[in-house]
Amino acid sequence: MTGSILGNRVLRKEDPKFLTTGGQYVDDLLTEPLLAGAVHVTYVRSTVAHGRILSIDTSVAESMDGVIAVFTAESLGLQPENATYNPAAKRALLASDKVRFVGEPVAAIVTERPEQGEDAAEQVIIDYDVLEAVIDIEAAMETDTLIFDDIPNNVVFDTAAIGMPDISGDSFFDGCDVVVDGRFVNQRVAPCPLEVRGCAATWHDGRLVQWTSTQHAQGALKNIAKANGIDEALVRVITPDVGGGFGAKIGTYPEEVLLGTLAKQIGRPVRWRETRSESMVALGHGRAQIQYVRIGGSRDGQVHAVSAKILQDSGAWVDVGAVLAPFMTRPMLSGVYAIDRIECRTISIATNTTPTVAYRGAGRPEATALIERAMDLFAHELGLDPVEVRRKNLIAPFNEPHTTAIGQQYDVGNYEKSLDLVLERADYAALRAEQRARRERGDTKLLGIGVSTYVEITGGNSAGETARVEVQPTGRAIVYTGTSPHGQGHVTSWSMILNAETGIPLENIDVVWGDTDLVPVGGGTMGSRSLQQGGAAVHQAAVELIEKAKETAAQLLEASATDIVFDVDSAAFHVVGTPARSVGWSDVATASSPKEGIAHDTNFVAGGPTFPFGAHLAVVEVDRETGKTTLIKHVACDDAGKVLNPLILDGQIHGGIAQGAAQALLEEVRYDDDGNPITSNLADYAFISAAELPTFEVVHMETPTPRNPLGAKGIGESGTIGSTPAIQSAVIDALAHLGIRHIDMPATSERVWRALTSVST
Amino acid sequence: MKISLTVNGNLHTSEVEPRTLLVHYIREHLGLTATNVGCDTSSCGACTVHLDGEAVKSCTILAVQADECDVTTVEGLAKNGEMHPMQKAFMENHGLQCGFCTPGMVMAAISLLREIPNPSEEEVRIGLEGNLCRCTGYHNIVKSVLDAASKGAAGR
Ligand code: FES
Ligand code: FES
Repeated sequence: MTGSILGNRVLRKEDPKFLTTGGQYVDDLLTEPLLAGAVHVTYVRSTVAHGRILSIDTSVAESMDGVIAVFTAESLGLQPENATYNPAAKRALLASDKVRFVGEPVAAIVTERPEQGEDAAEQVIIDYDVLEAVIDIEAAMETDTLIFDDIPNNVVFDTAAIGMPDISGDSFFDGCDVVVDGRFVNQRVAPCPLEVRGCAATWHDGRLVQWTSTQHAQGALKNIAKANGIDEALVRVITPDVGGGFGAKIGTYPEEVLLGTLAKQIGRPVRWRETRSESMVALGHGRAQIQYVRIGGSRDGQVHAVSAKILQDSGAWVDVGAVLAPFMTRPMLSGVYAIDRIECRTISIATNTTPTVAYRGAGRPEATALIERAMDLFAHELGLDPVEVRRKNLIAPFNEPHTTAIGQQYDVGNYEKSLDLVLERADYAALRAEQRARRERGDTKLLGIGVSTYVEITGGNSAGETARVEVQPTGRAIVYTGTSPHGQGHVTSWSMILNAETGIPLENIDVVWGDTDLVPVGGGTMGSRSLQQGGAAVHQAAVELIEKAKETAAQLLEASATDIVFDVDSAAFHVVGTPARSVGWSDVATASSPKEGIAHDTNFVAGGPTFPFGAHLAVVEVDRETGKTTLIKHVACDDAGKVLNPLILDGQIHGGIAQGAAQALLEEVRYDDDGNPITSNLADYAFISAAELPTFEVVHMETPTPRNPLGAKGIGESGTIGSTPAIQSAVIDALAHLGIRHIDMPATSERVWRALTSVST
Repeated sequence: MKISLTVNGNLHTSEVEPRTLLVHYIREHLGLTATNVGCDTSSCGACTVHLDGEAVKSCTILAVQADECDVTTVEGLAKNGEMHPMQKAFMENHGLQCGFCTPGMVMAAISLLREIPNPSEEEVRIGLEGNLCRCTGYHNIVKSVLDAASKGAAGR
């Protein structure tokens, strides 16, 4: 027995290409024949946050060098369309009557060269009747200014309005000795994939072919077909390499779905690629909640009740960001704790800012931040160690589904163990002793220790995932997957899964995704679903393919299919008891069809979502004089169930921790009072760098889920979910002895310094 | 304007507009698309190449400024089909995920080792501050560079 490859550290098959010739991102399709003679699209964007469009004068731009045409909603006949999550919100793909955020596309310029479009965009004169900009979500509910005419109070989604229970009031905390209130801002951040958005589109043989930088080609296809008013069969979406997505490239955007129309108008292929400065205002943003929390319990540290009112900033549209608070944050509010009573109302509010979408964790980091911060406040109030308060409230280990007071069912959990592993690795007692010593000797470098324990939900979609496995007569295999990697290493992972079942060597396996003609049905990569659904589908396809291949092998070996066994080590079929005479994949594939080989399609439906959990411990140093905060140590234990490839697992955790640290310490999208973005490029936005992070320590723990045959849970987002509150908590902990109870994220030097000066005067 | 320069060992003589950036020249005139553009404020380093042996952000330089110069991009690193030790170190340490920052990161890392052949972790972190990555959390990038240094990549 050579043993299965699963669980081994396998280097990525995709790397040599990325390291030598570079990926083929959409902007790199310079020699694609279908794009020969392509023209460039530049969008003219609103420079005001809120205003009625009085007129658009394109005449100067139209006369400029290289300009082929300038289009507006009027010239294209674009009509307002309803938002998916609230039909009362309406807008056209190019702003027609009104603009609602700085960066909203108003006109499209088609030019021979991209720089000609940039020049011409400056000459499109838009006359606005400027309206009050509504930026703050709490003010947005009070003002008379409406962002969408038919949406009162700018409330686009309210759990109480759809019959979900409202929060009840003081009686909810009856019997509690101690009740603590908090108001936490989970600030707006920019996803910042390093590759911005880009597409190319052309009409070929009556069909629209569009290359797009996306996490979900099959979803994009539907929206592209709709925007172009054509049947879905007439659209082909192709996903080139994608330079990161982090949730912001799940859906489609007006700039993308309009391209087919523009290509048709011009009669030539079109390319569009935004600049980073455009991306910072027009790619969706993440998080953006204000959380009002009340937590109550007894003096021994037992929590009895949590009540939360969550305000979610939807931005100037009702995209998926509007529904994360009700459907992703709310259900996860119990965290890893056994709490008797939990209630929550969420209200999503439109503002004159960039619309919000999913961003790494998408609602769950907000849930974890809320309950973890509340646990800290409760512990501080009682003068207890926050770790011990957590421990007291943890749900005991369980192997059968556990349902929390808010109604969410978790699959399996062993929360205390992950906490212990992290405390042990970090030597928690020694860290506390060091903290005390520094405080006692008046060290200017204060030490802060933050611990979070969390559980999250991944792979929450129930539609299943497709996989097709083809073995060609040469013995080479192709995996077609409905998931869509953009850094996650599916080429390697799916090859490993196929190899483990079929014995076909890794180097003889190709993986295909994101081309809707080749993979018509697929759920894409999001919500940490890929391995547990897409990977499990590949596993299922392989298992079923072997059964199918046994029929052919039986004919070749002149035996009954029920007597055929498959030996994975030799990658060959033989009659039970006579391994000396066998046939391999190439034989079976050739016998099935000398041209096409053998193939099998499957759809895997998981037994339900999975609930990765873990614990993080962060240590920060805060300079008492300047407020400068440095993350000096971060220990993470993220239990993602059975591990397929620890190399890739750790990489996902590292990336997640960095994005959590970025939110906790540095990054925030900000606007001035008039709704002008003031963080709209990478010079102004505090994108975290290598110099601001330590090396991370990862502790492994594997609690397999029963919900798929791989035992795998998602790992794409856990790192972010666990790290953010641990780091925020560490900063506050560094200052706790001075009486500081809370500092909102990001805990920038300035904000920490202000907190310090507020207590030292 | 007419320029002539060596890119990855090949001499190119081209007619370019004065406003053409080196990165666009490399990508569009020469079709070498590994070098990426990630920003418009010279903040991200995705466009890093070597100009006469030193790392530069090729979005901050005009093609005409590279006249008579020697340029190396990530495509020019492998010799006889064998990857440069820094490329190998990135592969072995999983120093890349989506790959978008990678060409620039590798070029910056090689340049860093030319200046500091055996850097500390902190020196690597500070040295790569101008190269942004959204995927890896830098953990494995730093590990890759330290690994390459320990294997004597500095001389290459
Ligand atoms: S593209 Fe050159 S630094 Fe970002
Ligand atoms: S690997 Fe994706 S940005 Fe670095």
